[in-house]
Amino acid sequence: MDASPLDIDRIRRDFPILQKTVNDKPLVYLDNAATAQKPQAVIDAISNYYSGCNANVHRGVHRLSVDATDAYEGARSKIREFIGAGRVEEIIYVRGATEAINLVAQTYGQANVGTGDEVIISTLEHHSNIVPWQILCKQLGATLRVVPINDAGEFLFDEYEAMLGPRTKLVAINHVSNALGTINPVKRIVEKAHEHGAAVLVDGAQAVPHVMVDVRALDCDFYTFSSHKLFGPTGVGALYGKFDILEAMPLYQSGGDMIKSVTFEKTTYNDLPYRFEAGTPNIAGAVGLGAAIDYVTELGMDNIARYEHDLGRYAAEALSSVPEVRLIGTAREKAAVVSFVVDGVHPHDIGTILDQEGIAIRTGHHCAQPVMERFGVVATARASMAFYNTRDEIDKLVDAVTKVIKVFR
Amino acid sequence: MSDLEDLYQEIILDHNKRPRNHGKLEVSNRTAEGFNPLCGDHVDISINVEDGIVKEVAFEGSGCAISTASASIMTEELKGKTLAEAKELFKKFHSMITGEERETTEETGLGKLDVFSGVCRYPARVKCATLAWHTVNAALDGDGEAVSTE
Ligand SMILES: Cc1ncc(COP(=O)(O)O)c(C=O)c1O
Repeated sequence: MDASPLDIDRIRRDFPILQKTVNDKPLVYLDNAATAQKPQAVIDAISNYYSGCNANVHRGVHRLSVDATDAYEGARSKIREFIGAGRVEEIIYVRGATEAINLVAQTYGQANVGTGDEVIISTLEHHSNIVPWQILCKQLGATLRVVPINDAGEFLFDEYEAMLGPRTKLVAINHVSNALGTINPVKRIVEKAHEHGAAVLVDGAQAVPHVMVDVRALDCDFYTFSSHKLFGPTGVGALYGKFDILEAMPLYQSGGDMIKSVTFEKTTYNDLPYRFEAGTPNIAGAVGLGAAIDYVTELGMDNIARYEHDLGRYAAEALSSVPEVRLIGTAREKAAVVSFVVDGVHPHDIGTILDQEGIAIRTGHHCAQPVMERFGVVATARASMAFYNTRDEIDKLVDAVTKVIKVFR
Repeated sequence: MSDLEDLYQEIILDHNKRPRNHGKLEVSNRTAEGFNPLCGDHVDISINVEDGIVKEVAFEGSGCAISTASASIMTEELKGKTLAEAKELFKKFHSMITGEERETTEETGLGKLDVFSGVCRYPARVKCATLAWHTVNAALDGDGEAVSTE
């Protein structure tokens, strides 16, 4: 491997949980697509927030409230810069990618999709980017169309182009697939959709932690991600939307903070982004997310992407050298995710045996049952990597898989 | 014996590879379907009950080694039992798997089903071992609803 500027040994020491043993073995954490581990800096930021400046935001003149508001809004600025948005008003705090997609479906979707119109998704989507659109289409008498994938798990662009038409109002696509790791050609997808006047939501839950994202370069209308997959806390995430689109969108939830003034006769709604943030938000979560962004920015997203790309290829090659292993998802453009099945062994049994070796992987359908169906399997085993994983850990994974095969021979 | 060999005993691996009573009974009067939404495991049970006695049981479906072996061994164990005995066996099996009443390492009195005693140390796998049993229980109760482990 070319020398990476990342000092992985030092980085691993930043993550307290990586020092842990599981079943008397050092933890090998390869379930990063489910959720990523947290560096001490994130844990400290949350703890310091609660011990040093906890107060409600946007409503106090007292010192703590001002500090809390600064921390909360400071994190919003970090998100804006991190994903390349033009204005902080375009960054809306949500609980995570799931809430963001539901928000867009029930605001923008309700206002812009009509009976007989079409919403396009792909076979690769996580359930959270399927079900909200199914519900919307059912509510409105619209049709949900699904772009197929090839045997490598790649988005079929020609089929997509053929699907686009005057009825297409919205395209919702993931940037990186959680089940297979496929990186989708999002920029081209957006370009084509716009030619037909359709808006595009990009589910970036699996992209933001691993590649540099620039929402203005992608020109997407909405982009979303979850903090917990980006080494930040659970329960918070962000939705980016183009300013003019957000301005025109109907309301989501209502209550405090999203209003300017309320009388029993009339309520005036707040400006962006607060209009979509009813109620006391997850302030500590936002602060933790800001710290996570600082952490990965310090390492450099380009360094992270390069290191993980190399590791992902190493893992794919090592696993595919085991004859009983079949990789599911072999796209040319791929994140460091390896989904696989072993002849005659159910993924759950693989997962249990690997756990005995201290290795954490995900087994199951990965909330992407249509992907499983496409490949004729009920489940896969999935190793998903982050920058703190090493080749040594991949070797341990391969050894353990070999052991699984022995047990079941 | 390592923990792992305790879980994946020879007899479990054997039933996983060559499940007994696998398929659908031609003549049956109790059926039920069970699934585990967590992992997509799925089982169809058909039973033929005559004069209050389980004459035949068969299962069909896809699952991990633990759930396949559990279903397979279960079909053997249920054959010839009265309905009351079958229900009693489900109860005993369930409490063994979930780790209730198990202070000693003594025999559980469950005979062949004892091979599943290691499962209670793997909480994530309890549902795999009990799916077929829950489904049989539902079939015997005859409400015909699909059962779910959730
Ligand atoms: C591609 C993708 N989209 C959406 C989600 C949902 O994210 P969350 O559960 O954080 O809302 C996930 C999480 O697994 C995902 O992988």
